[in-house]
Amino acid sequence: MADIYVYITHKNGVADDSALELLAAAHKIDASAAVTAIVTGSGADLDKVADALAASYPKVLKFNQVALAYPNAEVVRKLLVNILPANAVVLVPHDTFGMDLSPGLSIKLDSTFVADVVDIEALDGSDLKLIRQEYAGMVSTHISADIAKGAVINVRPGSFAPDESQSASGSVEDKSVDDSDLKVQRTFLEVVEAEMGDVDITKSDVLVSIGRGIEDEENIEIADDLAEALGAVVSCSRPIVDAKWLEKSRQVGTSGKTVKPKVYIACGISGSFQHMGGIKGSPFIVAINKNIKAPIFQVADVGIEADILDFLPEMTEAIKAM
Amino acid sequence: MEILVCVKWVPDTAENEIEVNRDGSDIERDDLVYSVNEWDNYAVEEAIQICDKVGGNVTVVTVGDEETEEVLRREMAMGADNGLLLHDDAFDGSDGRGIATVLKAAVQKGQYDLILTGAQADDGAAQVGGMLAAMLDYPYASLVNKIEVDGDTLKVGREIEGGNQEMNAIAMPCVLSIQTGINEPRYVGIRGIRKVASVEIPQQGVDTLGIDAAMVGAIGARVKRLDYFVPDLGEGAEMLEGSNEEIIAKLIELLKAKGGLK
Repeated sequence: MADIYVYITHKNGVADDSALELLAAAHKIDASAAVTAIVTGSGADLDKVADALAASYPKVLKFNQVALAYPNAEVVRKLLVNILPANAVVLVPHDTFGMDLSPGLSIKLDSTFVADVVDIEALDGSDLKLIRQEYAGMVSTHISADIAKGAVINVRPGSFAPDESQSASGSVEDKSVDDSDLKVQRTFLEVVEAEMGDVDITKSDVLVSIGRGIEDEENIEIADDLAEALGAVVSCSRPIVDAKWLEKSRQVGTSGKTVKPKVYIACGISGSFQHMGGIKGSPFIVAINKNIKAPIFQVADVGIEADILDFLPEMTEAIKAM
Repeated sequence: MEILVCVKWVPDTAENEIEVNRDGSDIERDDLVYSVNEWDNYAVEEAIQICDKVGGNVTVVTVGDEETEEVLRREMAMGADNGLLLHDDAFDGSDGRGIATVLKAAVQKGQYDLILTGAQADDGAAQVGGMLAAMLDYPYASLVNKIEVDGDTLKVGREIEGGNQEMNAIAMPCVLSIQTGINEPRYVGIRGIRKVASVEIPQQGVDTLGIDAAMVGAIGARVKRLDYFVPDLGEGAEMLEGSNEEIIAKLIELLKAKGGLK
């Protein structure tokens, strides 16, 4: 078995949740593997992250360089190609950074790439068996990956329970490479923060959230009516924002807002993992969807198989009549 | 500007309930409604808008067969200038790397300043654009939701967590994967589709592209799908049954108990 490396993403001096999830994933590939964390950045925040990681990882490779201050995937890829040994197995979170980094990394390393892995079953020789989802999470599939030449494996955030044992008492190694080895054709300029919008959906205890099932912009008023009757706020999934029917600030999901309501009423929302990733704090989830196969029914507390265009107005009337 | 957009004809998850077939070897393909991969429509629209502004041509390319060639006609009906079908039995069973290998050969046969893909397709891997860029040694940016042309450089926005946008300057030629919401893809009527129905679409295969057949298809694949299944995820939601009236009465009680209704 080749060495396993985990690329750590971090912000404000704290490692991302994926840091310990990927450690668990690495041990599922090989329970006895000595797993090495790679962390890049610059300044005191990086030191803090690296020191904290040493509690969980036997070895932490720390790259503290100005060129790595912002995680530009093009730069990080160059670094990793420079420093990783042949046939390495690298785990990366399947988030907006990992999606940017990993497919190209696998080509440059001439290793095998597997995207968005939700579970790891077994390693038999160089044949790694994993589980992925396809078709917006409606079906799953077993994957066989030949990792004889190494692998880059992107792991879906939240799909492995974090390894919180802190049993490593590892060491941090200061590493560096020549800045001239990190020159790329893509320059990071700035991060433009999301606009606040007219309503702060993160402040509401009850959300009436709409998805594709609303079908038409004109139908949004049936969600507005229900929200008004409940004293709730209307939020939505990505397709509604893509269609420009509601502002981006109303979107729940990893690419939108993270919400922590008491009650989440998902109306005509299929329940992709990107959407569910924006719902925290274990709210009571009600799913209303005419497609009984929608993944939302697997994560909701209560499900109703119905067309929201009929169901929501009836529900609004019933609440008003109370 | 010469722009190549890589597109795919896929089962439409908004129009179909995707089910596993009897022996788990595939999804049930009978009566499936196919459409252009949603992300690809945004990529083609973006390419057309760029060429409207700075001049140039949009070519759409797919790895497929005579049936999936329909995706090229749809995008040409939208306004793409040329279509290119990469078809060979040797491509069957390709993994992401195999598809990228085929596309790389097609890119090298042309002269493109910009290559766009959708951010992902039906298998949700989001991998071909990044692989293609690495094979070509072009810079890459994924999940792009804004493009501004500035000479030989593009200013691109990437969608990152929390609805924030990461701005980058990227040199051309480059590969970008396009996120939904970057624009509003134009609607194509039946008349537009009829107009391009009989346009001859050029085809290329292993020989004309100069590809080593051992690097693509099932033979070249290092990642293989063993089966499809629907995972047993425990109980799932408690389904409320009965008439709408009964369901609503139960739901109101539940909402009261959970703090959703005062």
